[in-house]
Amino acid sequence: MEAFLSSLVSVAFHGVAYGMILYVISVGLSVTMGLMGFTNLAHGVFAMAGGYILVTSLSRFNLPFPLALALSFLVVAAASVILERLLYSRLYGASELEQVLFTIGLIFMSVALARLIYGTLQAPVVLPDYLKGQFALLGRDFPAYRVFLILFSAGMIGVLWFGVERTLWGAMVRAAVDNRAMAQAIGINTKRLFTITFAVGSGLAGLGGALGADIIAIQPTYPFEQLVYFLIVVSVGGLGSLRGPFIAALLIGITDTACKYWVPQFGAFFIYAATIGLLLWRPMGLFGKRA
Amino acid sequence: MNHPVGYNASDRLRWTEWLPWAVALAVFFLLPDYLSLGARVLTYILFALSLDLILGYAGIITLGHAAFFGLGAYVTGILSAKLGVTDPLLQMLASAFAAGLLGLATGALVLRTHGLTQLMLTLAVAAVCLEIANKATPLTGGADGLSGVTIAPILGYFKFDMYGRTAYLWCLALVFAGWYVIRRLIYSPFGAALTGIRENSVRMHAVGAPVFGRLLAVYTFSAMVAGIAGALLTQTNQFVGLNVLGFEPSGELLVMLILGGVGRLYGAFVGPLVFLIAQDYLARQFPEYWYFGIGLMLVIVVLFARGGILGISDALVARLRGKA
Repeated sequence: MEAFLSSLVSVAFHGVAYGMILYVISVGLSVTMGLMGFTNLAHGVFAMAGGYILVTSLSRFNLPFPLALALSFLVVAAASVILERLLYSRLYGASELEQVLFTIGLIFMSVALARLIYGTLQAPVVLPDYLKGQFALLGRDFPAYRVFLILFSAGMIGVLWFGVERTLWGAMVRAAVDNRAMAQAIGINTKRLFTITFAVGSGLAGLGGALGADIIAIQPTYPFEQLVYFLIVVSVGGLGSLRGPFIAALLIGITDTACKYWVPQFGAFFIYAATIGLLLWRPMGLFGKRA
Repeated sequence: MNHPVGYNASDRLRWTEWLPWAVALAVFFLLPDYLSLGARVLTYILFALSLDLILGYAGIITLGHAAFFGLGAYVTGILSAKLGVTDPLLQMLASAFAAGLLGLATGALVLRTHGLTQLMLTLAVAAVCLEIANKATPLTGGADGLSGVTIAPILGYFKFDMYGRTAYLWCLALVFAGWYVIRRLIYSPFGAALTGIRENSVRMHAVGAPVFGRLLAVYTFSAMVAGIAGALLTQTNQFVGLNVLGFEPSGELLVMLILGGVGRLYGAFVGPLVFLIAQDYLARQFPEYWYFGIGLMLVIVVLFARGGILGISDALVARLRGKA
């Protein structure tokens, strides 16, 4: 019984950590897809870039860990602004097929670039000493890094929710998601809003990729392999919502961890099956707007 | 993309439409060293044709078409390696039947949804198939792949030889049959209905067309054709690996079709031909540049050349004629 209880706690703990990472990475995708109606399959590229930036600045430039994290957010956000202005913005009115093809093209290119620069092997993360080791709580030991990860992500999510629910920028974003034409008509500069929101979303993905580099291995095939998970979070959670993807990400994190722990022979089968079932029950996702 | 099809176009065979077959036969006699590559190209042409039917004509965007291709490949492989059914025609029928059944079952669910949800569902179906193939090791060989596939002579006469001549002609015969049926389909009222649904499904509902039924029919048929292409792949390679399933083969197929030109019958011919020959030369020597190149090509095609190679050549021909 005690053994079962401790495995239960362990699965819940690791599942929540994984879910938090999934959420930080995917929330930008949910907002940009809901806001701009842009099917961006290349979102995982930003997360992978964040992971590589963290690894490089830690191991090659010996930067302190917090600075490396901040860099992964800032560099990815800045790069995404350039991408958005140069390429994405040309396809805002385009058909879904063109957006899908364009972003798949971006995935192919980034996979090739990552392989060219870093090789095919997984990039190892060297954590600072103060995040290594165990953290004792209620007579159990938890890996310190995962505890940090959960707390930090929770803080980020708090800031994000405050930003969207309580600030002028958030109000404008919500207005544009609900009715873009109306938002434009009352004088909201939706073009600039798109760029800023896209940058924040991509930066968060970069940050999530960096934070989660220890959980989701950073390797060149990352954007392909993780795409399904990010899309599941967004489509199950519902487009344009903040709360939906959060619940979806936690559900997926915990279910996936539980499946890998207790029934590894089934792999990710249950996740996919549950996704199919859920989407058939609620095609717009758990918290999506009704069509 | 707005190629005249359906009722407005003449369905008479133009002389240029015999060209691909003449070239294919010429390859058989003149380039005997390239027959295995040729068989591969033909297999992917059939696969691309099946995707073109649902993507180019019916407008269904799918990221999981490899599910049907892979199922076809595995059904033939398992029949041969585990159950001792070595007759190629029987394998082909079984693969087509299995893939069609999967197409019918998943299509009935997937086609009820739209947009991101639909995209996600097609991807999830393919991911489930990949997961099953990966984990059901006793049946599929898992990550090691399924070897020991033996194929009996076709109709009891034509043995698969080591030069790949029988395999090439077998592929050619099936691609020809597939092309013939699909061409008839596109120029039929059924094909016109599909184009109508792609262009404006609300209006098709309004004129009383059974939109869902039409889409389900074409989805199932396309799955069968993809299953046949998968069976061909197994029969010519005598091996099935996990790489026939999942997102990457679906993505590569999309690339081939887009490269050739989507929504036009011969785009499915040109795309795989150019893609696979280029891959044969470049991918082994410069794998990184190769992937970068296909990504760049996709981006460029989407931004600047929305009809693929055939679209560009059409535009060139039109410009030359305009000047003459």
